Amino acid sequence: MNSPPTADLAPTPAARVQGAMRGFARELGALSAFRLDSCIHCGICADACHFYIATEDPQYTPIWKVEPFKQAYKRESSAFAPLVRLFGLKREVTAEQLGDWQHLLFDSCNLCGRCSLICPMGIDVAALIEQARHAMFEAGLAPPELYERAALQSRTGQPEASTEPYRDQLLAIGREHGVVIPLDLAEAEVMLCVPRTDIEHYPDAVAALARVMTHLGVRCTFRSDGLIAENYGYFAGGRDWQREISLRLIEQAVACKAKTLLVPECGHAYTALRWEAADLYGKPLPFEVRHVTEYLGEQLQAGRLKLKKADTGKVTFHDPCQLVRKGGVTNAPRELMQAMGLSVSELQNHGGFAFCCGGGGGVIDLKGAAPLRYRAMAAKLREVDDTGAQAFLTSCSDCRRTFDDAREHFRWDKTPHSLLEWVAAQLAGPQKSQP
Amino acid sequence: MDLLGFARGTGLKVALVVFCFGVAWRLVAVALLKYKRNFNEPRRSVAHSALGGLLTMGSRSWPHAEFIPRTGAGEALGYSYHIGLFLIVLAFAPHIALFRSLTGFSWPALPSSVITIISVLTLTLFLAVLFRRVTNGVMRLLSNFDDYFSWFITASVIVTGLAATAHFGARYETLLGLHVLSFDALLIWFPFGKLMHAFYLLPSRAFNGYLLARKGAPS
Repeated sequence: MNSPPTADLAPTPAARVQGAMRGFARELGALSAFRLDSCIHCGICADACHFYIATEDPQYTPIWKVEPFKQAYKRESSAFAPLVRLFGLKREVTAEQLGDWQHLLFDSCNLCGRCSLICPMGIDVAALIEQARHAMFEAGLAPPELYERAALQSRTGQPEASTEPYRDQLLAIGREHGVVIPLDLAEAEVMLCVPRTDIEHYPDAVAALARVMTHLGVRCTFRSDGLIAENYGYFAGGRDWQREISLRLIEQAVACKAKTLLVPECGHAYTALRWEAADLYGKPLPFEVRHVTEYLGEQLQAGRLKLKKADTGKVTFHDPCQLVRKGGVTNAPRELMQAMGLSVSELQNHGGFAFCCGGGGGVIDLKGAAPLRYRAMAAKLREVDDTGAQAFLTSCSDCRRTFDDAREHFRWDKTPHSLLEWVAAQLAGPQKSQP
Repeated sequence: MDLLGFARGTGLKVALVVFCFGVAWRLVAVALLKYKRNFNEPRRSVAHSALGGLLTMGSRSWPHAEFIPRTGAGEALGYSYHIGLFLIVLAFAPHIALFRSLTGFSWPALPSSVITIISVLTLTLFLAVLFRRVTNGVMRLLSNFDDYFSWFITASVIVTGLAATAHFGARYETLLGLHVLSFDALLIWFPFGKLMHAFYLLPSRAFNGYLLARKGAPS
């Protein structure tokens, strides 16, 4: 049900609730039911969440964010649902209640998964919140900023209208940076895609990707019909749109017979393509999906990538949640930094326990969420300052954009850099020729 | 039939039947829901992921160091009363005698005086837990009838047990009857509320640990 939430087509409150509950019930498998049943209301998940830690407001307790859905599950499909209804132990979820929850499920959750690491019962709270977002979408309660981008991207491949098509902007970046942008090759070993954040804000990162791949001598290509890495369907909770957006890339990778689909520096694109795309595709993908950091780490291990030592002081690194905590790409960035001879001063909370930048899960795109986001990310900025590092690296362009935004807002004196750009600047050894 | 006779006769039998069938149905009802296949390419093998699941069953018993400053006190409180409950249930001679009559197994008991001290401490911790639940903003928000009723029914078993041991307030047989009756009530309530976490704890940790290990992510 992908109808837009415009005034004339707005569903009635009752239809909204029905839609939300139907969407939730459709996806609720044994594992999710088990998770909902396991909660003991200990509230410990609050202590992992940067939104709660920053505000001490109980409503930001992660498991509370799925309360209406827990309520619906107990009433509709739990083991004793008829008794629950008979004795009125759980009320029906109301449209007003769901409306109130939009703030909790979108503005104040980055889907970062830190809560899933603290739960003593082992509940993956973030997975439940992601499912709850799907139901909110079905109810027409996805935030317009995410909904509209998802709608446009599913139709056109671009989440936002641009004066020039992204394809042309990509080629222009290549010309300006003096790098070859391989585009629309009929066959390639690796298919590349690009975050629109990089096209719009960080063209150096786009050039760095092309430069590194050229240096490695890998036959690779961007594809005009599957260019953008981001997936706004994932953010908005629109499962069908998420699938359509993923399919655009999958079909292009299949068409060019790619063995690898390389996800650029974009955390949630990695989750959407690496861990969720095959499930939406309905079968295993006929190629592997790798994050660029992970791919370069593999090249380094195999001796195909050599890097010069960087002449710099101490650096620190922000672990993007979707890559590390939810994706397992923990060692590769550190191996690359080590290969460049960087002296890395880790953040107090790093690796799987790192705090989110605050912009993940589409929150950076939500204007109304900005004041809360600034409060939530303050602790992260302090951690970066406390390292005393001269340079600050990360490997996700949305994280980078969030930190750049904080730089302006807080007049913060740190600049987030792309790990990929640093690697591209330190390439050593002769450029390999393409097979 | 007097109170004690009913409590440990028909009452206990009914309670055990409700407990067994209720717990089984609660687990089966979830297991009957649909399963989604993972088509994505795992980072780790099935064996490695299964090992991750097994390890997480144990490792989540102790919070990650990063979280201890914020959660240590609350978790210590939670663990303390659970340990107290285990000792009362498993190390008190009359309870062991009940187990022997039901299963044929027995083991050495702790002295009654020690169990009494443990019971008083556990009850005190129980009150502290209740105090925390009503004064802590997060816990108060999350709490519902299930939380308070499960607390009440478990505390009732401890209180009546202490009263029976101390022969306090009524005839011993009456106090013991009330104690067994409150235990019967606990067994009947068990499958319907959060006490079920005793059965969910290890599988829940194992599932999450397995899925995280499959991705090579920390668990």
